[in-house]
Amino acid sequence: MNPILYWFHKLGSPPTFYAFAGKLMPWLLVLTLISGGIGLYWGLFVAPADYLQGESVRIIYIHVPAAWMSMAIYAFMAVNAIFALVWRTKIAEILAMAAAPIGAAFTFITLVSGSLWGRPTWGTYWTWDARLTSQLVLLFLYFGVIGLYSAIEDRRRAARAASLLILVGVINLPIIRYSVEWWSTLHQPATIRLVGESSMHASMLWPLLIMAIATKFYFAWALLARSRVMVLRQESGKAWVRDMLESKEPRP
Amino acid sequence: MMLTPSIAVLRRDLTAHWRRRGELANPLLFALMVTTLLPLALGPESQRLAFLAGGMVWVTVLLAGLLTLDGVFRADAEDGSLDQLLLSPAPLSMLVLAKLTAHWLVAGLPLTLVAPLLGLMLQLPQEAIGTLTLSLLLGTPLLSLVGGVCAALTVGMRRSGILLALLVLPLYVPVLIFGAGAVDAALTAQSAMQPLLLLGSGLLLALGLAPLACAVALRLGTT
Repeated sequence: MNPILYWFHKLGSPPTFYAFAGKLMPWLLVLTLISGGIGLYWGLFVAPADYLQGESVRIIYIHVPAAWMSMAIYAFMAVNAIFALVWRTKIAEILAMAAAPIGAAFTFITLVSGSLWGRPTWGTYWTWDARLTSQLVLLFLYFGVIGLYSAIEDRRRAARAASLLILVGVINLPIIRYSVEWWSTLHQPATIRLVGESSMHASMLWPLLIMAIATKFYFAWALLARSRVMVLRQESGKAWVRDMLESKEPRP
Repeated sequence: MMLTPSIAVLRRDLTAHWRRRGELANPLLFALMVTTLLPLALGPESQRLAFLAGGMVWVTVLLAGLLTLDGVFRADAEDGSLDQLLLSPAPLSMLVLAKLTAHWLVAGLPLTLVAPLLGLMLQLPQEAIGTLTLSLLLGTPLLSLVGGVCAALTVGMRRSGILLALLVLPLYVPVLIFGAGAVDAALTAQSAMQPLLLLGSGLLLALGLAPLACAVALRLGTT
C-alpha cells in the first residue's frame, strides 16, 4: 500500500490519533501564538486607519477571518460527516463533533464583531440584510448539530445522526444563502476575490491574511485538544487507555 | 407492483388518522387562534394588517405544521410497526415517502385549505388569495418532506419538542422566504411566477432527496 495512504488509515485508529494529536498540538499552539501575535499587532497598530471609517475599520482583522472560519469549519464538518456515515470512521465522527462548538463560536464572533462594526459605519447594530441573516441561520444550524449530538445517549449513534444533519445542512446552505440574497440585498458586495484584483490595499490585506492563517492554526489546535478528550472518554473502557493511564512514563 | 407496499402504508396511515379524526382539527384550531391573536397584538387597522397578512399566514401555517411533525414516526416507533417497515423488503425510502404523503394529506393540505380564511381574517386583498393558496400548495409538501428528515433523526428520543423545532426551523428559511415572497409579489402587483417556480423546483429536489435522507436517518435511529 502507498505509505501515505497507509499512514492516513492508521491515523483512523484512536490510539495512533491520540498520540499523533498530542505531538502536533504544542507546535500548533506556538504557530497560533506567533501568527496571531503578528497579525493582531500589524492589524491593530501598524496598518493605517481607514479614510472614511477611521479606527473602527480594524474590526475587520477579527470579523473577516472569523467569518471565513465559520464557513470553512462547516465544510470541514461535512467532509468528516461523509467519512463518518459511509466508512463509519470513529475519528471522523469525533472530529466532526469536536469542530461544531468551535464553528459556532466563530459564527458568534462574526455576528458580534459585525454588529459592533455596524454601529459606527451603518448607524445600527443590526440590519436584516442577506449576509447577516445567513450567518444567523448558520449559527442556528450549528446549534442544531450540537443539540442533536448531546440529546442522544449513545455517543456513536449521536455522532452519526448529527452527521446526517450536517449533510442535510450542506445541501440547504447554498439554497438558504440564495434565498436570503433574493430576499434582500443591502450589504456591500464582497471586496476580496480569489480571482482578479482585490479592491483592498496591500497594507490592510497582509495583516488580514496573516489573521486568516492564525485562525486556522487555532482551529487545528482547539480541534485536536477537544477531540483528544472525546477519544479518551469514548474509549475509556479500552485496554490502551488503561495501559496509558497506569504507565509511569511521561504521556504524549 | 413496486408501489403496492407504499400504497398499503399510505392507506394504513390515513385509516389510522381517520380513526382519531378529532385530533386532525387541532393544528387548524391552533392556526385559527394564532390568527385571532395577531390583530389583537398588532392593532385592528385593515391597511397595516393587509400589509403583513401574507407573511403572517405563512408563519402561522409553518408553526402549526411544526406541531404535527413530532408524530410522523413516533407512534409507529412506539408500537413497533416502524421496525416492521425497516425489515420490509420494499425500499424504505418509498415507504417513507408514503408516510410523508399521508402526513401532508392530514396536516399540510387542510392548513392550505383554511389559509384563504386566515388571509381574509387578516384583511389580505382578494387578488392575493389565489397566490397565497398556490404558494402553500407548493410549500406545505416541502415542509412535510424537510421536516420528516428531522423527525426521523429525533425518533429515538423520548421527547423531542424543542429540539425538533431547533433542527427544522433553519431548514425552513428558504420555503418561508419564497412562499411569503410570492404573496408579497402578488400584493405589489408584480409577477409571483419566480418565487412560485423556485418553490416548485425546491419541492422536486426534496421529493428526490428527502425520502432517501429520511430512510438513512431511520436506520441510524434503530441500529
